[in-house]
Amino acid sequence: MAITIKVNGVDLTVDVDGDTPLLWVLRDVLGMTGTKFGCGMALCGACTVHVDGVATRSCITTVDSIGTSEITTIEAIGATAAGAKIQKAWLDREVVQCGYCQSGQIMSASALLASNPHPTDSDIDDAMSGNICRCGTYVRIREAIKQAAQADGQGG
Amino acid sequence: MLLDSLISTAADSDGPSLVKGFSRRAFLQVGVAAGGGLLLSLSLPAANGEAEAADPVRFSPNAFIRIDGDGRVVLTMPYVEMGQGTYTAIPMLIAEELEVELKQVQLEHAPPDEKLYGNPLLAGVQATGNSNAVRASWQPLRQAGAIARTMLLSAAAKRWNVDPASCRAQSGEVLHAPTGRKLGYGELAADAAQLPVPDKVDLKGPADFKLIGTLAKRLDTPAKVNGTAVYGIDVRPVGVKIATLAQSPVFGGRLKSADDTAAKAVKGVRQIVRLDDAVAVVADHMGAAKKGLAALVIEWDDGPHAKLSTEDIASELEQATLNPGAVAQNIGDSDKAMASAATRVEATYQVPFLAHATMEPMNCTAHVRKDGCEIWIGTQVMARVQAAAAKTAGLPLDKVVVHNHLIGGGFGRRLETDGVVRAVQIAQHVDGPVKVVWTREEDIQHDMYRPTFFDRMSAGLDAKGMPVAWNHRFAGSSVIARWLPPGFNKGLDPDTTEGAIDLVYALPNMRVEYLRVEPPGIPTAFWRSVGPSHNVFVTESFIDELAAAAKQDPVAYRRALLDKAPRAKAVLDLAAEKAGWGQPLPQGAGRGVSLQFAFATYMAQVAEVEVSKDGAVRVRRVVCAVDCGTVVNPDTVQAQIQGGIIFGITAALHGEITLKDGRVEQSNFDTYQVLRIDEAPAIDVHIVESAEPPGGMGETGTSAIVPAIANAIFAATGKRLRRMPVDNSALKQPA
Repeated sequence: MAITIKVNGVDLTVDVDGDTPLLWVLRDVLGMTGTKFGCGMALCGACTVHVDGVATRSCITTVDSIGTSEITTIEAIGATAAGAKIQKAWLDREVVQCGYCQSGQIMSASALLASNPHPTDSDIDDAMSGNICRCGTYVRIREAIKQAAQADGQGG
Repeated sequence: MLLDSLISTAADSDGPSLVKGFSRRAFLQVGVAAGGGLLLSLSLPAANGEAEAADPVRFSPNAFIRIDGDGRVVLTMPYVEMGQGTYTAIPMLIAEELEVELKQVQLEHAPPDEKLYGNPLLAGVQATGNSNAVRASWQPLRQAGAIARTMLLSAAAKRWNVDPASCRAQSGEVLHAPTGRKLGYGELAADAAQLPVPDKVDLKGPADFKLIGTLAKRLDTPAKVNGTAVYGIDVRPVGVKIATLAQSPVFGGRLKSADDTAAKAVKGVRQIVRLDDAVAVVADHMGAAKKGLAALVIEWDDGPHAKLSTEDIASELEQATLNPGAVAQNIGDSDKAMASAATRVEATYQVPFLAHATMEPMNCTAHVRKDGCEIWIGTQVMARVQAAAAKTAGLPLDKVVVHNHLIGGGFGRRLETDGVVRAVQIAQHVDGPVKVVWTREEDIQHDMYRPTFFDRMSAGLDAKGMPVAWNHRFAGSSVIARWLPPGFNKGLDPDTTEGAIDLVYALPNMRVEYLRVEPPGIPTAFWRSVGPSHNVFVTESFIDELAAAAKQDPVAYRRALLDKAPRAKAVLDLAAEKAGWGQPLPQGAGRGVSLQFAFATYMAQVAEVEVSKDGAVRVRRVVCAVDCGTVVNPDTVQAQIQGGIIFGITAALHGEITLKDGRVEQSNFDTYQVLRIDEAPAIDVHIVESAEPPGGMGETGTSAIVPAIANAIFAATGKRLRRMPVDNSALKQPA
């Protein structure tokens, strides 16, 4: 069936079963491969996108459940204030190792910062514990979110 | 192809040692690159001298330096970036001596070419692994840079008709100070290519380093924060189909039948491919492929391992250690010393199978045609991928093109080519390219696992409690015996025993024996920190047991055995000091220490854990002191240790693959848990300044943390855990 979804501000129509997870529509049908496959069960967070600004696991979100909601992916998160701060902090703090999980980490962190400009350690744990990093970059993820939050406080 | 364009004015610098400690034959060629520039190629049998020759798991480096007419400096390297920072550290080495800015260096993946990039001593393995890229490149790549710089400088001096000594190189230019003239490397490249290769160049001393030792920014990361980085799983050749597969749930089983009626009815499903021991669904997208796979009605013939369980394997290993093994280390006379010891301590240890669980699930894209084959992948072993594809497709090697990509986690998993074989098998049935993506469940249930081991330890202590005899006998799989058969000799290999035979302590009588016992049907493979991942847990737990038996402080006890190991003693002292060793902790908390020498790096760790009344273990803080010789990029060293420690905590607290009825019981991150941010401790890394050659960094943090945790649990609870992972039920306090 033809389904139209709005991704990064653009309406796109795809012809797939309605129960197809958004992840595969993004990656395989639309060719937006920045969003990653990790587990298929919402256990690892690699596939995180924003649906109306809320961090959402695209691997268990069916394409027919999106409706008119706006989807934002890693490819466009830099255009948001929180996303740009998070990306900069990620580079400043050299968070990334293999990088495969980092799209999802950045999407979760951006959603956190957008809704909570000054997260505590406990807020960070709550928002980020759904995102696994096998390289073990957690120490730096925490630092980078704090740096981005400080940039926020300074109006930067 | 670059080699084809060489005009060989080859100089074989098999003469006097170019650099202290670098005495191996070095084959250096110089010529004109395709673009008219200077091309230097290196093929070095071994980086670290004679010791390497005896050690077949060390991999030798090979590299091209190309300086184009436009001034571009291109380094073609066989090492692949999988998060360890090699795409930054390796260019730092060459840029340092070449006198170019780091941003002026560009990297190209080496093509699969065992002749060019393989280690001749290894019969040509082109691999990234064993934490050795910087170690192996340390001399040859700096030297290559220095040779290139010297030749560029000579070319400039000749053009200006001045004394080369009056010229100097800086930021990609040669300057003539007295007249202020300057020429860019690109302008000099063609001239330099005509000059003879100097047979002696001086390398900078540490005091003159401009790049080495600095916090250089990673070169590979910007694309990894905006979604543009391309991993193997992201490739999209024109017309590519997506496939996913089910392999026989029991290793060694066969596909009996697959009813595909319902699967074929799924929208987007194109084709079902039946193999001897697997079935794949080919579709327009992974969503359809997964849905199709779920709709298949599959019957398996489980084969000979249908009843296999982890308990059977453990019991076989335990039995094996009742008999003598191949002698891996024998110092003094441990039997005699044991007989006269005042006290005797005995213990047995076990470690489980572990999966790699790289965040990027296994995948490989293949396009098989009658006359050739193309592969897209992220791999640690380019040339082996080419060979595996060629063999499976029945094609000559030169008909297989391999495109390598970024790796979403290696940890040893991508030193294997089983996924390539699968992809080619499937692609042989498909018209056009097909990307074979494993589900997480397949990835975990058909991994090639860190072997399980059973260890039998005994020690004799003198009247003061110090060890006079040390016996270690263990049984388990040898990965080397399969991965690099010539490396397995007389029942031994250098990997399986690393961390068991080369202890830092002064042990006057020591005997280590190994028994190779392969688990039936279960494939085993290298896993981050390889041999030491098992041995360091055992040896550092046992030395802790000896300290306890001697009623001595664990740090003081180790320290007393380190008079001949000053670098080990220094890291132990530093870790203890920074961790506040000996200072009081709350009830239920404890500190544990570990000390190791592995991958040519000295490391001590102090873990601080708390154990709750219900037996839950939390690692609160880890302090690590490291002496890895000369530090190329201190930030990468920090990052690798932090990550390595997290990887090891996962293993200590959660990691275990078990089998029942021949099937792996874990399947996804719910049953094979990995550490999350809310469980991650604070980690302090302290680097000891050193001018020694660099040691490996990618794996050393992983092996060192596991015993530190077990020892901390002992300090907190008095309970000695001799089997990993931590058994929380054993730590539960009675109500």
